[in-house]
Amino acid sequence: MSTVANTIFSPELAARFDHLVTIYPLRRSALIPMLLYAQDEVGYISEAVVSEIAQRIGILELDVRNVLSYYSMLRTKPAGKYNVQVCTNISCMLRGGYEILDHCKHKLGIGHKGVTPDGVFSLEEVECIGACCWAPAMQVNYDFHDDLTPGKVDVLFQMYRDGQGKDVK
Amino acid sequence: MPSLVSHPDEVKVVSRRFGMGAAEIDKYIELDGYKAVQQAIANGPAWIIDTMKASGLRGRGGAGFPTGMKWSFVPKTSEKPKYVLVNGDESEPGTCKDHVIFLHDPHAVIEGTMIAGLAIGSKMGFIYLRGEYRYLLKIVEKAVADAYAKGFLGKNIFGSGVDFDIITQTGAGAYEVGEESALMESLEGKRGVPRIKPPFPAVVGLYGGPTVINNAETIANAPHILLMGGEAYAKLGSERNGGTRLFGISGHVERPGVYELPMGYSLRKAIYEVAGGIKDGKKLKAVVPGGSSCPVLTADEIDVGLDFDQMGKAGTMLGSGGIVVLDESVSIVEFALRVISFYQHESCGWCIPCREGTDWIKKTLTRVYNGGGSKKDVDNVQYLAENMMGRTFCPLGDAAAMPTLGFVKKFRKEFEDYIEGHKAGTPIITVEQLVGAGH
Repeated sequence: MSTVANTIFSPELAARFDHLVTIYPLRRSALIPMLLYAQDEVGYISEAVVSEIAQRIGILELDVRNVLSYYSMLRTKPAGKYNVQVCTNISCMLRGGYEILDHCKHKLGIGHKGVTPDGVFSLEEVECIGACCWAPAMQVNYDFHDDLTPGKVDVLFQMYRDGQGKDVK
Repeated sequence: MPSLVSHPDEVKVVSRRFGMGAAEIDKYIELDGYKAVQQAIANGPAWIIDTMKASGLRGRGGAGFPTGMKWSFVPKTSEKPKYVLVNGDESEPGTCKDHVIFLHDPHAVIEGTMIAGLAIGSKMGFIYLRGEYRYLLKIVEKAVADAYAKGFLGKNIFGSGVDFDIITQTGAGAYEVGEESALMESLEGKRGVPRIKPPFPAVVGLYGGPTVINNAETIANAPHILLMGGEAYAKLGSERNGGTRLFGISGHVERPGVYELPMGYSLRKAIYEVAGGIKDGKKLKAVVPGGSSCPVLTADEIDVGLDFDQMGKAGTMLGSGGIVVLDESVSIVEFALRVISFYQHESCGWCIPCREGTDWIKKTLTRVYNGGGSKKDVDNVQYLAENMMGRTFCPLGDAAAMPTLGFVKKFRKEFEDYIEGHKAGTPIITVEQLVGAGH
C-alpha cells in the first residue's frame, strides 16, 4: 500500500512519502517526519492529511491523531504564511525575549497563536529553540534569526512582507 | 547564522574544524576526516571500546555516564539487529552546542556513529535532530548523502566487509523526547512517552534490539579520541572527567557563545574571563550551570571546577554544559516561574507526580508572582518539588524539581520578601481562582 491513488499531496511529496515508508525497519517510523513535511506543504494537519498518512503507513487514524496531539510543532489549524516563533525561555528572557515578543504582538496586532487578517503572519511564543548563545532569538518558519532587537524585527517583517525572506523547508 | 567565538583558554578538539568549511566532505577528509573509522576497522571492536574507556569520555547530554562502558554493555550476539542512536534533540533550555556541531562538522557525527556501530556490531545508525533544526537537518542529510556517494556508507564500508547505513530523522517539537527511551518511542512513530527501566537500551532498545544511544557531542568526540589516543584525550581534562567539552555561555555576559574548555575548568573564569564578565558592568547574582534543570549556584558559589564530580559536590550538575548567567537585576521569583512553566508545558503527563507537581508549582508561583501569595506558598512549592523527586519514569520530574528546590532553598528570603512586599491591597488568590487560571 505504499502508493495512494488519489493523493492530496504534490507529486514530489507523494513520491518522497512512497520512499520514506520503506527506509525504516518499521513503516511507522516515518509517521512524525511525514506529519511535519505534510504540514509544510498543506499548512496544517487537516483531516485529509491524517487520513492519507494513516493509509500510507497502515495504521488507524486514531493512532495518527494520538501522535499528532503530542508534538508541539504540529498544528490542526492553518498558521500564517510566515509563522513567527519567539523564544522566551531563560537565555532569551534574560536578553529581552519578552520585549521582542511584545514588540511582535504590537507590530502584527495579534497575540500568541494569532494569525494576521491577511494571513501573512502568525505569532507564537515558544520554548527554547537552541539559540541560547545568540539570544534573543526567534524562528520564522524554519529560519533562525538571532541577536534580535525591535529594529531588527521590523526589518525582518518588511523583508518577509516583500517576499524577500528566505524560507527553508 | 550563529556567530563563532574564541578565547585563548579554549582547547579545541570537537570544535577543531568549526569555521573551516568541514561540512563539505572533501574539506572534512583534508582535515583528517574518515581516518579514525578506518583505524577502527583495522583494530577491531575491543580496541575501540578500550580506547573509549581510556579516554574517560562521559556522556555530554548531561548524565555523564562513561561512554566506553556504555558501549561495552551491549551484548556481543543478539537475535535482533543492534542500533546506534544519536540524540540531537537538544532541547534543554540554555543549550545550543549540538547546533554548532551539526552546522560546522556534521561528518564528525556521521563518523562517530560509524565508530559506535563498529564497536557494538551494529549495521544501522540513526541521527535524530529536533524538529526546529530543519536547516541543520538539511546539512546533515547532505553530509550523509555525500558519504554514501563516496562509498563511505552502505555496503562493505572501507573494504571491511561490514555494511553500515545511517538514517536521519526529524522530531516535531517535544523536550521530553530528549530522554533516551522517549526518543526511541518517537523514532518508532509514537508519542514520546518514556519507557520503564530496566530493561536498559543496551539490552532492549530501538525496535526491541540492543541499542547504544549517545548525545551528538559525545559521538562527535569519538573520531578525535581514536586519532589522538584515549590517554591523550583523558589528560586534557580533570580526574575521572576526560577531555574537553562545549560550554554554551548565555544570559548576562559580555561575550556569550559556545566555547570548548577542558573539563574541570573554573566556572568563575569561564564567566569572567572566557565570556568577558557580566554584561554592562553589573554584579553577578546567580548561575544556572548546566541547562535549566540544574540547581542554581549563587554568586559566591562559583569557585568550582566544571566537571561532573566537582559540580556534583557543589550540589548541582554539569548537565548539558549550558551555563546561564543572571545579573543582579533578575527576580528569582520571576525566573523560577519561567523555569517551572517550561517543565509544566513539557511534562508528557504519563507520571502523575510530574504532571500534577509541575502544574501546581506553576500555579502557586504564578500567584506569588502576581502578588497574591501567602508565606506558606514557599513551603508548598518545596513540598511539591521534594515529592516529585525520584518518583517518575524519566528524569523530567527531577529536572523540574531540582532547580525549583534550588531557588526556594537558596533564595527563600527573596521569595518571602517578595510576598511581603506585594501584600498591600492584594487579596490571596484562592485555589478555585488558580484552577481556572492555570492554563
